[in-house]
Amino acid sequence: MSRKTGDVILDVQNISLAFGGVKALTDISFNVREHEVRAIIGPNGAGKSSMLNCINGVYQPQHGSITFRGKTFRHMNSRQVAEMGVARTFQNLALFKGMSVLDNLMTGRNLKMRSGLLMQALRIGPAEREEIEQRAVVERIIDFLEIQAYRKTPVGRLPYGLQKRVDLGRALAMEPQVLLLDEPMAGMNVEEKQDMSRFILDINDEYGTTIVLIEHDMSVVMDISDRVVVLDYGKKIGDGTPDEVRNSPDVVRAYLGVGH
Amino acid sequence: METRTVVITTFPRLMLEHAAQRPGAPALREKEFGIWQTLSWQQLATLVREIAGGLSAAGLRRGQHMVVVGENRPRLYAAMLAAQSLGAIPVPLYQDAAAREFAFPIVNAEVAFAVVEDQEQVDKMLEVRQECANLTHIWYDDPRGLRHYSEPGLDSIDALIALGRAFNTDQPAYVDAEIAQAVAADTAAMFFTSGTTGNPKGVVHTHSSLIDRAQAGAVFDKLTNREEVLAYMPLAWIGQNVFSYAQWLACGYTVNCPESPATVHIDLCEVGPTYYFAPPRVFEAMLTSVMIRMEDASAPKRWLFERFMTLARRVGPQRMDGKQVGTIDRLLYALGNLAVYGPLRNSLGLSRVRVAYTAGEAIGPDLFSFYRSIGINLKQLYGSTETAVFVCLQPDHEARSDTVGIPIAGVEIQVAANGEILVRSSGLLRGYYKNEAATAEVLTPEGWYHTGDAGFIDAAGHLKIIDRAKDVGRLQSGAMFAPKYVENKLKFFAHIKEAVAFGDGREKACAFINIDMEAVGNWAERRNLPYAGYTDLAQKPEVYELVRDCIEKVNADLAADDKLAGSQITRFLVLHKELDADDGELTRTRKVRRGFIGERYQVLVDALYAGKNSQYIETAVKFEDGRTGMVAADLKLMDAKTFPASPSIQAEPVEARRAPRTSPSTSSGRTEVGA
Repeated sequence: MSRKTGDVILDVQNISLAFGGVKALTDISFNVREHEVRAIIGPNGAGKSSMLNCINGVYQPQHGSITFRGKTFRHMNSRQVAEMGVARTFQNLALFKGMSVLDNLMTGRNLKMRSGLLMQALRIGPAEREEIEQRAVVERIIDFLEIQAYRKTPVGRLPYGLQKRVDLGRALAMEPQVLLLDEPMAGMNVEEKQDMSRFILDINDEYGTTIVLIEHDMSVVMDISDRVVVLDYGKKIGDGTPDEVRNSPDVVRAYLGVGH
Repeated sequence: METRTVVITTFPRLMLEHAAQRPGAPALREKEFGIWQTLSWQQLATLVREIAGGLSAAGLRRGQHMVVVGENRPRLYAAMLAAQSLGAIPVPLYQDAAAREFAFPIVNAEVAFAVVEDQEQVDKMLEVRQECANLTHIWYDDPRGLRHYSEPGLDSIDALIALGRAFNTDQPAYVDAEIAQAVAADTAAMFFTSGTTGNPKGVVHTHSSLIDRAQAGAVFDKLTNREEVLAYMPLAWIGQNVFSYAQWLACGYTVNCPESPATVHIDLCEVGPTYYFAPPRVFEAMLTSVMIRMEDASAPKRWLFERFMTLARRVGPQRMDGKQVGTIDRLLYALGNLAVYGPLRNSLGLSRVRVAYTAGEAIGPDLFSFYRSIGINLKQLYGSTETAVFVCLQPDHEARSDTVGIPIAGVEIQVAANGEILVRSSGLLRGYYKNEAATAEVLTPEGWYHTGDAGFIDAAGHLKIIDRAKDVGRLQSGAMFAPKYVENKLKFFAHIKEAVAFGDGREKACAFINIDMEAVGNWAERRNLPYAGYTDLAQKPEVYELVRDCIEKVNADLAADDKLAGSQITRFLVLHKELDADDGELTRTRKVRRGFIGERYQVLVDALYAGKNSQYIETAVKFEDGRTGMVAADLKLMDAKTFPASPSIQAEPVEARRAPRTSPSTSSGRTEVGA
């Protein structure tokens, strides 16, 4: 399968982030091209999630800049980032456990709704029509992720692998241009990982969404990514195609282990 | 016997009649994006004409075969009708089969055209195409994931429909002329039977054979065009095909397609079918889920449930049989209906069911009477791919778990000297495709079809199937020995997982038993009976007692039946390991391979017949990862009490009598489910 990657959509320049004396990220630069699957890998504590949080607007880096679609920003909050078309999933699921799958996905459409809280609550004016429109979009995602059987099930009652899928669905409901996935396959069994890999590739393919993912499972990363960034102790030690990264001596030493 | 109506119509013509008479009535529904989408007969006729036009433009001609693979989807149904409109023959294949299993049918029937559901099926077709160059055209219903495929001849049904529209604009009368040209005696469809040995065989059916049986079944159960059916089994299985295609067109009712295989139960509750068909395992799974949920329910609810279920077991079956029930019982049952049975039927999705059938394998008596006791009209039928399903059906008030009903209109039944059931009806297959030798084996020149099942017509006129004819043996005394019948009876006990009965050519019958690890394990824990594992648990004296009780109950049942009294189990042992398909002891569909087991455990069989009390055995086993190991044990051998054949029955064998309630049935072993 050949995917066409386009121009640089997200450019990270010289990002440094410190929490007090702890340097989480030091002078990291890399870019993400449109339509590509970009992986960030590294040992525990390498700064992968911090990197995502910087892109996502959760953390404000002390140095450096992030350019999204030609627009450079330094200080943005999560909502602004979301409005620009960047969605994310979380390593430790952040779903509304007591709400149904459907309602969780509907929350992902929140940014697209124009009617106010009161109108939505009372279903007056354009609110009802709007909800039907949003529901149609959500139903397509439910179909896409093959979770029709759990539409009305409270998320807390679903197995972990499915919750991850719902989390992905909610991010997808934002119709993002860039999707940030924080360890989408953590804690999954082989079959669930295969399913998730397929969904990630299908999203990339069908919706043309650019994907940045953090993942521990090397075989998954090497299979589905176009390019890989390797972090170690907050520094970038490798960047390139899976093959290039796999053969880079620095990366092998830091992450993949030394062959004996 | 009966006056036979002669079928003079075809499936496409039936569809056109419905479209003309009731254009707006729903023909098909499919749940998509959370909403049931309806296709009316008028819309269906339009869709069929368009697809037929497209197929014709692509080169599909009269007499050619077209493969259809996928879940139940409206556009796949339309594709089958479209092929039949052109006089071509749809060949539905099992969607869960592996790619290499498609190769034989496609080569055998020289298939050039395939209409499939999705990427999964397309991938399999493309794989098969490497060895079947004749497969030139593949159309798919769901384009997901197929965007980048550029294989020649691969396109979407949307493209096929567009092609058809253009074709029909050019030649507006072509498709209807083709429909008019077909006659009832033309081949309508071909079904490949799974076949345990050798290649599968293509069973050829005509419009007339399928429609004749569909109508006979519909008349028997007074089906109308207002029935609702949920289609969720593979279309390649004749059972589903007859219920949701042949009878759909014969009656003009509505077929509902579930959203996905995972949502079947939800969809069942939403649709509320009035006519329902499922193999026993589906009914069993439903019952299990009810029981598990009841165990989690609060104590008052459990109390209420148990109280009313006890009443239902006592009163329900009689009510279903149309018998008089005492006033107090009737009132209590009405109360139970309000409190328990009604809500239960509703949560099962069966509250509107008027007629429900099960077939394909033996159904346990408890399972069968559970559904009948809560007021669901569950019945059994007997038939096979070769007989277009409808041979014997149970009338509404005469459903039994151990018989399969009476021959319905248009069916003649004969029991051959060896006990084999022979069937003659206008629903029989035309033959096996390109396999005259096999056809001659099962179809006599006089038109009798050899079912391969052994059985007899009981005093009440109901057919009772005992076993596969080739498995029925004789004891030395000359009495009939039906191993599968006995094994099934044993397996209906929750504590017994598998049973293997021996006795052909011997003086008496003996059996190997496999206990059900979960059920017996639970039982042992509740009794504070410690055990180390399967082998240890299996050899506990308490477990032997438990198994002996089960066997003696079965013996008592068998004794009540003069034909089968000789099959009572005299001695048994509990095997030290679970029978396993990996060791070749079971087939992949979990049927015991009696011959193989007899050879492998020859020493145990000999010990049983030699009257020994224990026997040492070592067996090599294969683990899941491919390693092998040894299991060794000193097995106990035990006697079981047998009963003399009931004299009253021997004296008056013709008197109408009901077989014991606890007896199982081995129903139509041939209508196999799945690939």
